[in-house]
Amino acid sequence: MAQTATADERVRRVGAFRKWLTRPELAAVAGSVLVFVFFAIVAGDSGFLTLGGAASYLEVSAQLGIVAVPVSLLMIAGEFDLSVGSMVGAAGMLVAIGIVEYGWPLWLAIVAALVLAMLVGLFNGYVVTRTRLPSFIVTLGMLFALRGLTIGFTRLLTGRTEIGGLTGATRGSPLPPIFAGTIKGFPVSIIWWLVLAVIGTWVLQRTVFGNWTFGVGGDPNAARNVGVPVNRVKITLFVCTALSAALLAVIQVLDAGSADVLRGQLLELQAIAAAVIGGVLLTGGYGSVVGALFGALIFGMVEQGIFFTGINTDWFQVFVGVMLLIAVLFNNYIRRRASEAR
Amino acid sequence: MMANNGAPLLEAREVSKYFGHVIALEGVSMKVHAGEVMCLLGDNGAGKSTFIKTFSGVHQPDRGVLLVDGEEVRFNSPRDAIDRGIATVYQDLAMIPLMGISRNFFIGREPTRGAGPFKRFDVAKADRITREELHKIGIDLRDTAQPVSTLSGGERQSVAIARAVYFGAKILILDEPTSALGVKQAAIVLRYIARTREQGIGVIFISHNVHHAYAIGDRFTVLNHGRSMGTFEKGDISMQELEKMMAGGKELDQLSAELEGSLSAKSEAQANEPDS
Ligand SMILES: Nc1ncnc2c1ncn2[C@@H]1O[C@H](COP(=O)(O)OP(=O)(O)OP(=O)(O)O)[C@@H](O)[C@H]1O
Ligand SMILES: [Mg+2]
Repeated sequence: MAQTATADERVRRVGAFRKWLTRPELAAVAGSVLVFVFFAIVAGDSGFLTLGGAASYLEVSAQLGIVAVPVSLLMIAGEFDLSVGSMVGAAGMLVAIGIVEYGWPLWLAIVAALVLAMLVGLFNGYVVTRTRLPSFIVTLGMLFALRGLTIGFTRLLTGRTEIGGLTGATRGSPLPPIFAGTIKGFPVSIIWWLVLAVIGTWVLQRTVFGNWTFGVGGDPNAARNVGVPVNRVKITLFVCTALSAALLAVIQVLDAGSADVLRGQLLELQAIAAAVIGGVLLTGGYGSVVGALFGALIFGMVEQGIFFTGINTDWFQVFVGVMLLIAVLFNNYIRRRASEAR
Repeated sequence: MMANNGAPLLEAREVSKYFGHVIALEGVSMKVHAGEVMCLLGDNGAGKSTFIKTFSGVHQPDRGVLLVDGEEVRFNSPRDAIDRGIATVYQDLAMIPLMGISRNFFIGREPTRGAGPFKRFDVAKADRITREELHKIGIDLRDTAQPVSTLSGGERQSVAIARAVYFGAKILILDEPTSALGVKQAAIVLRYIARTREQGIGVIFISHNVHHAYAIGDRFTVLNHGRSMGTFEKGDISMQELEKMMAGGKELDQLSAELEGSLSAKSEAQANEPDS
């Protein structure tokens, strides 16, 4: 009985719809729709549905999403990077101090920030792969150390913890519009976010590196046995997360015209939350970049949506916490169905 | 059945392996020809896995030599063995459960298209080949992207074997491919091994299940405590004799006597304890 049932089952073709129901990003996409509808009803007449409203939540989503894309790839490869928030603070300060205190041209400051990020990413990657310590611990150490160095050096060099006056100092440079300009009222960071998400998806789904990323997170030993350079994959992804943090720092500094040593706090956890809402498995080996994109979108819509409802924005984090829990439960259910579907 | 009159595909001569003071192998010899299934039998801890790990490059023999196509070789890593066409399917299969089947099939050896920064994983080709190769072994996939964890144990073994064959293995080493499987699933794997043999591949099949081994094997080498008890052609030995040899002679008779004894002792004990 059971035997014939499975034989029939095996040749039966599954509809596209059923297949879609087992995608990792399902919860995040459905959640985005729900959140949008919810705020459209609750806050629709107070600006949530206007173009300006969209621009505001998309900007929040974009800033998180720029980091959440590589963070999700790294998590699929089975590692965490808790130092991205501190990296934003450090890179932002480097740009600001370089320009304001030392008169560097903007391009040089940006290059310096990217180089710093690359070194931090390499360091994280090497320590994790060499020592085989959990990346959670290694990058947690980096979270504190980098933040401390940023605060310490900034105060040492300038006597302050916040540096302004960048707008004047960078006037005339062609670079600020690329990072902090607007197109028809929408910040260009949204384009960065979408482009990174497209590249991330392409890499994950359509390149050899992407296949290795899944393999490395799914079972590092099995991957190593078939010849995948496990350490190289991980180190590369640590560099990518740090670079994305530096990119975000440049965007924020040019947008605000100032840098603060405390920039990026909690970003590491928000990025992980966005990835997890997007269906990335905390233990690696499973997930999608599209999911992380929608995870970041949910964050932006909730944060700005609550603002539009006029409720005190203090309640934002409660909403996020509940969303996270619901999404994870849902994702768990989907993944179980996907890996058991016969 | 043994078409090859020349040198065997793989030969081990008087191989010994020691782990500290543990003698895992002592002077074990074996030959595998193209198109035959060589069964390596023995009880737990007999040294079967250790023996084949010297062929797959995991261990280096402390004494004795290995020959591939009559030529002496020394494998310093699993990669060396793979390069000589020796593929090993370990019990854990080196498959990644949550990953799709075609992604698993090709991981580490992905087909690519395009060049430079646009070089990409040829997903369509990987899917097509996976579908074809699995169709050959009687697994019709509805979706090559479905996770490996959705396959049954026997199907997973078959996929791992199919992968080794597809990537050009001349010698296929299977470490206990059927021991974790039920009767039906084991039959799937055994049938597939028979088909692999027909393609002229030399198969080393490890088992401590004499029924599985006798069904598929052409020759049998029995190991006991790291020593070879001899190699036998299928026609020269019965299943019962093999089984006895594996268990080290009288041990099974002794065991059944022992068990009977302890059982009757137990029932006596129970009879004396009315409230338990
Ligand atoms: N790396 C090692 N270090 C020390 N001793 C080892 C090592 N590998 C194997 N041995 C020992 O060598 C002996 C043979 O082990 P082996 O794994 O080859 O047995 P086996 O025949 O494959 O048994 P099983 O049927 O349980 O798989 C055992 O006594 C084992 O404890
Ligand atoms: Mg063994």
